[in-house]
Amino acid sequence: MSISVPPSTNKRSASLQPQGWLRYFSFSLDHKVIGLQYLICGFIFYLIGGALAGAIRIELTSPISDFMPRDVYNQVLTLHGTIMIFLWIVPVVNGAFGNYLIPFYVGARDMAFPRLNAVAFWLIPPAGLMLISSYFINGAAQSGWTAYPPLSITTPASGQIIWIISVLLLGGSSIFGGINFIATILKLRRPGLKLMQLPMYCWAMLGTSILVVLSTPVLAGTLILLSFDIVAHTGFFNPSLGGNVIVYQHLFWFYSHPAVYIMVLPAFGLVSEILPVHSRKPLFGYVTMVYSIMGIVVLGLVVWAHHMFTSGTPPWMRLFFTIATAFIAVPTGIKFFNWVATLWGGRISLNSAILFSCGFIVNFVLGGITGVALAQVPFDVHVHDTYFVVAHFHYIVYGGSVFVIFSSIYHWYPKFTGRLLNEDIGRLHFLITFVGFNLCFAPQHWLGLNGMPRRVAEYDPQFTFVNQLSSVGALLMALSTIPFLWNVFYSAFKGKQSGDNPWQALTPEWLTSSPPPVENWVGEAPLVVEPYGYGKSTPVTDSKKPIEIKEGL
Amino acid sequence: MEFVLLPTTAIYTIIISIALIIGGIWASDNLNLLPAVASSNAPIYDELFRVLFLIGIILFVGMTALVVYSLIRFRRKPGQVGDGLAIEGNLPLEIFWTAVPAIVVLFVGLYSYDIYDRMGGMQSLGQNSHEHHSMNTEEKIWGGIGSAVKEAGVENKSPMVNIEVTAMQFAFLFNYPEADIISGELHVPVDQPVSLRMESNDVIHAFWVPEFRLKQDIIPGQPTVLNFTPTKAGRYPIICAELCGPYHGGMRSTVVVEEAEDYQAWFNKNSKKAEIDL
Repeated sequence: MSISVPPSTNKRSASLQPQGWLRYFSFSLDHKVIGLQYLICGFIFYLIGGALAGAIRIELTSPISDFMPRDVYNQVLTLHGTIMIFLWIVPVVNGAFGNYLIPFYVGARDMAFPRLNAVAFWLIPPAGLMLISSYFINGAAQSGWTAYPPLSITTPASGQIIWIISVLLLGGSSIFGGINFIATILKLRRPGLKLMQLPMYCWAMLGTSILVVLSTPVLAGTLILLSFDIVAHTGFFNPSLGGNVIVYQHLFWFYSHPAVYIMVLPAFGLVSEILPVHSRKPLFGYVTMVYSIMGIVVLGLVVWAHHMFTSGTPPWMRLFFTIATAFIAVPTGIKFFNWVATLWGGRISLNSAILFSCGFIVNFVLGGITGVALAQVPFDVHVHDTYFVVAHFHYIVYGGSVFVIFSSIYHWYPKFTGRLLNEDIGRLHFLITFVGFNLCFAPQHWLGLNGMPRRVAEYDPQFTFVNQLSSVGALLMALSTIPFLWNVFYSAFKGKQSGDNPWQALTPEWLTSSPPPVENWVGEAPLVVEPYGYGKSTPVTDSKKPIEIKEGL
Repeated sequence: MEFVLLPTTAIYTIIISIALIIGGIWASDNLNLLPAVASSNAPIYDELFRVLFLIGIILFVGMTALVVYSLIRFRRKPGQVGDGLAIEGNLPLEIFWTAVPAIVVLFVGLYSYDIYDRMGGMQSLGQNSHEHHSMNTEEKIWGGIGSAVKEAGVENKSPMVNIEVTAMQFAFLFNYPEADIISGELHVPVDQPVSLRMESNDVIHAFWVPEFRLKQDIIPGQPTVLNFTPTKAGRYPIICAELCGPYHGGMRSTVVVEEAEDYQAWFNKNSKKAEIDL
């Protein structure tokens, strides 16, 4: 009797996958392909969202509404916010880098649930296309990305309903991803690898995924109730039918404040990977960094009502949420001091990756300071819903998360392609982005303090000059994508060969070929017990062949 | 070398820190980033703003300087080989920079609580104003802060001016119930406490006067209250700050703060009840 051994399912599925560039358009189960699908898809939506931002900044170069109709302006700002959050930053800092890196970091050959992973990605393009197409059907949603009722109930229903369905699909994708990350990090770790030996990005993704799984379902439920109010004329949030509009705000922000941490915690993790490599020093204060992440996760769940200080919130609630919000500055502050301490005494290569990471630190510190100020009720009642808030959250999500995404692309591009990006063009890209970003958003603090509300197509003529300044900054930001795109395309074909480990990095994804083989390692995955063991003479892995670190770069 | 280097670094650190603090105090005293002061609330707000600005500018400039200094001082020079120092942490240092943000945040929190209290935030609204409303309907009224009774009310025993505000797409209506006046502009007397009882007819709006440093959403189905005491005569913009539809940017009005006699003249001229009495 002979027993036929079935071929490994993984191998078969891999052989069924299309090869070459076609893989990226297939239902691939390879976490690396899915990661890059997230990244490229996200970047396309970033360009669309950026074009919408450009339209907003053109409208605001003059104090009167003269570039587009007022209702189109509201559609544009709604689409801009929704695309940038749900189709660019959340999928890229979580889905793209999470899928690419987490299996390497835990020593696995793929994510825990490869099919769920592919489903999670393939929900995104249709949801995004549907959202944008709503503009051409009967006009997109025009109640802002917050969709506060009763405005969202009274504006044209088709756009709002399509918006709700898109966000539900994207939220579903996010939940699938979150479950997958938690399972992979906790259950697929290579034997012998302890939790406290994981690279910091794993901790960031574990914390983020906990937030995703706890808070996203609340948003889903809220939006379903809102859609009932719109199509079935129920009265959950409709005051004319006895509903309560404040309840919607509580439910919405219960997700949407943690959503800020869903956008920045993975970025914190990525920076923690990039800084040690390019400054050739261990990550400073690993243990406190882990506890800081978990502290931010816990506090991040109990601060949502600071978005509602002018909504008619009772005094006790204002005090509680002020204190909780302000205290997030403590774990966040620890992380920033630890990053600076990581740079201190290093041998820093001043390349594009480190410049974008340091740009992130500077921008985010400013965004964090204005955040602590906004948490104070007496301060907030003046600047709430003004351009001060617009400036604040762009310093967090653009100056923070998007700078980190660029830094990560420069850092991991050789891993993705086996080629290096051009460093001179990269530094030029950083310079234009940094100057453009600060020119665009720093003046907006002043606009808000002096009386310009957000989400307006027309404003007091005294603000014209500062708005034009801001628009020039936006133009620079738009221009900065040109050298970047050229760099990415040119380097993919003609870039300098990077070899497997151009940065002499010690984290596990660099201990295989670049780009890596289908199941990540030929042979067994290395056990990396000191992913940040720079400057040490002891071997950092159990590998029989210790990694050769060349002297100098 | 070590013995010489360490004190020098410490001295530089102290000098730079002092320069940073002096620079911050100078900037927070001399940079005027806020609009005119026109309510009893505004000077208290500006005091808070100056303190937050001072702390913020010191932290921001300090952190930025640290990052830029590290990048320059510790950059890899040509021909330099090998890694940096294998320093993985430093417990006293980490305790220090856990304590720094904790103390700053604690101070800011306590200080802003004091400001909040001085602005009248801890007084329950609807008690000293609009009693007729709350008694009649037992409705729960939520409110903004800024009754400023504590600051202004000590010497100010003048009666509260009660005005009802109705917001709709895309206008504010101000109703003076004692005189049956309905106006598109808000007229208030200077140095006299004003109480607005606000309700929306359609979507959420917000009442914001930058010169008063006050904002309160106007919510359908949920009356809100905003109390303030204007302190400077003049015309100031009333701005809707909550997205309310296509003409949101155009939803503006004016608050006219007048001397008591001018206000009385306007009030008598427009009062319908006064006409009947005559």
